[in-house]
Amino acid sequence: MKFNIYRYNPEADKKPYVKEYELDNVEPGTMLLAALLRIKDEQDETLSFRRSCGEGVCGSDGMNINGVNGLACITSTDDLKQPVEIKPLPGLPVIRDLIIDMDQFYKQYRAVKPYLIVNDPMPEVELKQTPEQREQLDGLYECVLCACCSTACPSFWWNPDKFLGPAALLQASRFIEDSRDQAFEKRLENLEGPFKLFRCHTIMNCVQVCPKGLNPTKAIGKIKNKMVTRSL
Amino acid sequence: MSAIERRQFDTLIIGAGGGGLRASLQLAEADLNVAVVSKVFPTRSHTVAAQGGMNAALANVLPDNWHWHMFDTVKGSDYLGDQDAIEYMCRAAPKAVYELEHFGVPFSRLDNGKIYQRAFGGQSQDFGGDQAARTCAAADRTGHAILHSLYQQNIRAKTHFFDEYFAVDLLRDDDGHVLGAVVFNIQDGQIVVIEAKTTLIATGGAGQLFKTTTNALINTGDGMGMAMRAGIPLQDMEFFQFHPTGIAGRGMLITEGVRGEGGYLVNGDGERLMERYAPKAKDLASRDVVSRAIAIEIREGRGCGPNKDHVMLKLDHLGEEVIQKRLPGIRQTCITFLGIDPAEAPVPVYPTAHYTMGGIPTNRYGQVVVPVKDTPEEPVQGLYAAGECACVSVHGGNRLGGNSLLDILVFGRAAANHIIDYLKENKYHRVIDEDIVNKVVEKVKRFERSNDTSASKETVAGLRGELKQVMEDHCGVFRQKDILQEGVEKVEQLVKRMVNVKIEDSSHTFNTARVEAFELENLMACALATIHSAHAREESRGAHSREDFPERDDKSWMRHSLYSFENGLDYKPVRTKPLSVKSFPPKPRMY
Repeated sequence: MKFNIYRYNPEADKKPYVKEYELDNVEPGTMLLAALLRIKDEQDETLSFRRSCGEGVCGSDGMNINGVNGLACITSTDDLKQPVEIKPLPGLPVIRDLIIDMDQFYKQYRAVKPYLIVNDPMPEVELKQTPEQREQLDGLYECVLCACCSTACPSFWWNPDKFLGPAALLQASRFIEDSRDQAFEKRLENLEGPFKLFRCHTIMNCVQVCPKGLNPTKAIGKIKNKMVTRSL
Repeated sequence: MSAIERRQFDTLIIGAGGGGLRASLQLAEADLNVAVVSKVFPTRSHTVAAQGGMNAALANVLPDNWHWHMFDTVKGSDYLGDQDAIEYMCRAAPKAVYELEHFGVPFSRLDNGKIYQRAFGGQSQDFGGDQAARTCAAADRTGHAILHSLYQQNIRAKTHFFDEYFAVDLLRDDDGHVLGAVVFNIQDGQIVVIEAKTTLIATGGAGQLFKTTTNALINTGDGMGMAMRAGIPLQDMEFFQFHPTGIAGRGMLITEGVRGEGGYLVNGDGERLMERYAPKAKDLASRDVVSRAIAIEIREGRGCGPNKDHVMLKLDHLGEEVIQKRLPGIRQTCITFLGIDPAEAPVPVYPTAHYTMGGIPTNRYGQVVVPVKDTPEEPVQGLYAAGECACVSVHGGNRLGGNSLLDILVFGRAAANHIIDYLKENKYHRVIDEDIVNKVVEKVKRFERSNDTSASKETVAGLRGELKQVMEDHCGVFRQKDILQEGVEKVEQLVKRMVNVKIEDSSHTFNTARVEAFELENLMACALATIHSAHAREESRGAHSREDFPERDDKSWMRHSLYSFENGLDYKPVRTKPLSVKSFPPKPRMY
């Protein structure tokens, strides 16, 4: 199986280049991460990428695979056109090889105050929430912060410092929708202005690439509706 | 490279999983100056992969109380757990869950709005009676929900994070005080000396010891290796849990929650195999019992598939609605990795390395304790450990499902509370001997000799592959003397060869090859402790099953193993006296 992998080490390389690798005996059902680990172990230990859980829950190994963002550990090599073109996630600075600098992405995440805010005194037991109220969080809380969505979004490419991006907005929605949260008004206020939320032009790249099958565009739409309702 | 950076904090926490983040939150809220060092961004830590839930006797679904939970945990531990720590944990459990809920964890809910609880293995009402429902769950993504909520609360509390920094070694002075650690920034290779009045190790387990494992690639026993190199023994390392239901041949975890929701195991003859081994609890017996049962079925020729090398986990009878609502994560995992939808067909499973019951010995305040002369448990000043890297010991010989998330939260918090008190008495940084700092800093550079021309050259990947195979072959579900003896020799050979490791990558920028070399060194330390302790323990208890010594031997072996580089094996008694209730004396263990 053939791979063309983006390589760049700022200490040694003036500019990025593509290196070809070939693996024999790739068994059916092999995930891309397993193939990359084999390349690193058997052929080239300088090839650098992030990885951890290997089953799509930690969000470490987001990369651009044949032009589409995804998690290497849950992308089967069976379905990939060869040579497999592997690049870092686009739109953010590259630290080395497939490793990007995610500071801007995390900054936008923190900007939406992604934590439950309750002003009332806490009871000595759980805050009550009906199954229906809890269902509102399905499709929002499962995000693994892999950045596949935000780095697939043209609005985020152009304004990564001003537009919050689909991942952060999904988190904003996760707390806006939580029946326990008491900062509803403040959260909406925080998203006002032309950029933070409203730079989303429903291009929907985020929905297509999300490895967890989540729908940030729908979440953003719901926030927009709430803002409109509130302003009436 | 510029001069070595020095930083000072009240507390240094190494590891940003649930244990580390629960502790850091407690400390940050007490206005202490706390640094969290993690080799991965916090939400990549392995807590994120916990599925089924967290035990607490909330009695939201069935009658329950902490004392029943305590009984189950002591019995589950095969009477190797320390009963003071177990009582403390089970009493603290409901509060720990309510706190998490207040932090925002999106627990699944019951119709009355309370937290959903499911049945899990080894749980009973009324000291061994009917099945209990004690495991608080957020679908089958409980660890993800908890880790993200804890990280989010730490953002609120403005905890200071050193993301993608690798901690190499502890700083310990001649009086035995721990004064911080030497770390390096993975992104640029810069070494940082972090001086801290207190240090908490919360680095998780060592599941990468085995070839087939449910564990993340980052679970390399780093804190345990660090502790051993600082002269601290590891406790009960022979007790390694094999989870009954890893995906056969691949290792991905399928939560015990599947069986809690009504799934069951089937052998090659189509029989419900657990009826033979645990007539009462059946598929919800303890994990060690279920894993052995599967291994026996396969050995006796009743496995499934063309090679009869696995059994099947059946859950399609639960119906798509229940599966989608309660077990959506494992459904997706099965579809992704097997092309099997468990709502339609059974899933091939096999016992898979899962959890390190042993670890750095601590008391119930999270203080690391070591034998000093006639005292078996003398605190190491300034050093704490919590979670899977620690051995309190609440899990003894076998951990109950749902007790690991509980362990990290209860003891992460307890350690932080003890640190807060300790810092009231110990206001100032101890003066640090620069020779000690320099020695450790030199050690950090040990994998940088890229021009080494020595004839014998070893690669990290090569040695790691051999180690994982040796551990799998010599220290698995069933063990015996000869095979363990051979394993001891092989591991010792591998440790010797480790000094010849050479790294091709000499870059300072995100040098993952170098990180992997340090990780392998930590795994080697854990492997030594594990296989030596397993070889020496001539009885069967919990997850440690000796075919040559099939019975539990309370007279000779109801004691904890300790293994250190300096002294080899040593032992200390089990703390059988609880805090306020009567001790549970050892009994035959039936499920």
